[in-house]
Amino acid sequence: MSTQERKKSAFSLTVMRIKAEPFLYLAPFALGILVFTLYPIINVFLMSFKENFNYITKEFSGWGLGNYQYILKDPYFIQAFKNTFFYVFIVIPISTCLSVVIATLLNQKIKFSGLFQTAYFLPMVTSTIAVGLAWKFMFNYRSGVINYLLNCFGFESLNWLQVTTYNFPALCIYGIWAILPFTIILLLSGLQNIDPMYYTAAKVDGAGPIKSFFRITIPLLMPTIFLVLIINTISTFKVFNELFPLFNGPGVSNNLFTVVYYIYYQFRVKMPSKYGYAAAAAVVLFLVIFVFTMIQRWIEKKTKD
Amino acid sequence: MKITIQHLTKRFGATTAVNDFSAEIQSGELIALLGPSGCGKSTMLNMISGILPVTEGKIFFDEEDVTDLSPEKRGIGLVFQNYALYPHMTVLENIAFPLEIKKVKRAEREAKAKEMAKLVHVDMLLDRKPKQLSGGQQQRVAIARALIKNPRVLLLDEPLSNLDARLRIEMREEIRRIQTETKVTTIFVTHDQEEAMSISDHIVLMKDGFLQQVAQPQQLYDEPVNCFVADFLGNPPINKTHGVIQNGQLVLDGGCCVTLDKAAICKEGQKVTLSMRAEAITVDENEKNAKGIIEETYVMGKEVLAYVLLGDYKVRAYIPAEKEFTKGQKVNIGLKKRGVFLFDDETGERLA
Repeated sequence: MSTQERKKSAFSLTVMRIKAEPFLYLAPFALGILVFTLYPIINVFLMSFKENFNYITKEFSGWGLGNYQYILKDPYFIQAFKNTFFYVFIVIPISTCLSVVIATLLNQKIKFSGLFQTAYFLPMVTSTIAVGLAWKFMFNYRSGVINYLLNCFGFESLNWLQVTTYNFPALCIYGIWAILPFTIILLLSGLQNIDPMYYTAAKVDGAGPIKSFFRITIPLLMPTIFLVLIINTISTFKVFNELFPLFNGPGVSNNLFTVVYYIYYQFRVKMPSKYGYAAAAAVVLFLVIFVFTMIQRWIEKKTKD
Repeated sequence: MKITIQHLTKRFGATTAVNDFSAEIQSGELIALLGPSGCGKSTMLNMISGILPVTEGKIFFDEEDVTDLSPEKRGIGLVFQNYALYPHMTVLENIAFPLEIKKVKRAEREAKAKEMAKLVHVDMLLDRKPKQLSGGQQQRVAIARALIKNPRVLLLDEPLSNLDARLRIEMREEIRRIQTETKVTTIFVTHDQEEAMSISDHIVLMKDGFLQQVAQPQQLYDEPVNCFVADFLGNPPINKTHGVIQNGQLVLDGGCCVTLDKAAICKEGQKVTLSMRAEAITVDENEKNAKGIIEETYVMGKEVLAYVLLGDYKVRAYIPAEKEFTKGQKVNIGLKKRGVFLFDDETGERLA
């Protein structure tokens, strides 16, 4: 009997092996994602609903929305939220416009364009903290180069780092500077994907440089601009690092709280740590970023049609 | 509008793409710039359009010197090889774009664009994006966009090279039709002799940056000025043989003796090239220009393509289908007056 049956079972075993093979190759990476990305995310999500959670003993008083109720009433959180929103709405438009202009200029056949490219990409390869310290000197009230320039143009010196009113502009300027190189690189690669024959055609049609920038460059660069907008919006919503080199924390009088700094503050600065509040703030931030990204994707699709 | 080109030269570093080119193009004609790849014909077109600056020489549109004018000031319409339609604009916007730049009012420019679309038969595709069009339709839109400014000259760079064989024939007739309707002086670049022969009023033939001949298609075929022109035109390619003039007769390599009236004007001992079109060779009992041996015959239906050995050379000849020849048969070869040329072996210049 058995020759046929053996053949059949051997056959099905091969099939199983073939089916299982790709999963075997995927397993190491999937495991990494599972342990280091998925598990923490789910954990934070669950943690945000555990009231009076103690991270060491893993004890909590019960499930509920208490953490959310607390943070939404917390003036620090509300201020952090306002700051973050303002930061995003100032940094994103300015940095994107600046980057498009700079990338377009870098894309021209000019002398020393290599030198300019290196100069603009330098921030990317330097440490944020080290360069941030340089910025601290530049923002200095008495000896900083920024105030010197302001004086040159007839403006008065501003106390960027010690006065609450000027803290936020200083943070934005630094944030824009820090985000530029990455944005420029992406836009430059987008620009280089535009076939130069469109510019020749536009020139023959009589379009000058300004007209062809708005009618040819911008529309053809739109997919890259949207990509940059989405990536940068997500990253600027998470503004945090930028606080330390300039202010060693959230500004002179805690006026520069951002959402991520609030999260950090709840579980690291505050004693005893409030893990529940931190987790709830993280979930709120996630939802906000998610909604914004979806809106951007929707606009992108709309403009495409 | 008449185009006059005087001693035009273009150098890219050490290479010379166009060399001392002079020609005159009459108003309202359809001109083909013909030549093998890399002969400088596209460079020539780009200089006429103003995209490329000239190294030496002058270009005149009628009496106006346009040599140093930028493309948009020359009043030219240009159709690119890949059409270069703006992918983010609809067909209507694409056609109207040159007028948009000129700040023509929306209603006016759209009316004009629709009129152009009708001329090139794309008026039912106005809301499409270029991606949704076939190659032939894109070509039509590109021509409409080039024509909307009422250009003095329409320039087309390899207009048919991106189309499949059937569309190519359709589009070349369309180009002819549109040109006849608009009466605009048109220059198109091509490397396909058939394309150039079939639709143009005059052909400008180039090789290695040098102008070879400007003539009407039939004249170019019947009266080539040199060996290259004779070689380049015609399908199947012209039969090319080499020989020496001896005793008023032409002796081909391999010892085949050819009696030619035309040989009379040559010097004794001069080395010459004898080029014969396949249809100019007859295989007949009565005519006795030369003796050959049938090497191979291919039945083509209405006629037979025969390969005949003349000395060392194998030449193609068309013979009527009713005659039968066997391989290896010795035959008398006759040469007609038309389609038989003598060239100097060294210079390639036409002798007779």
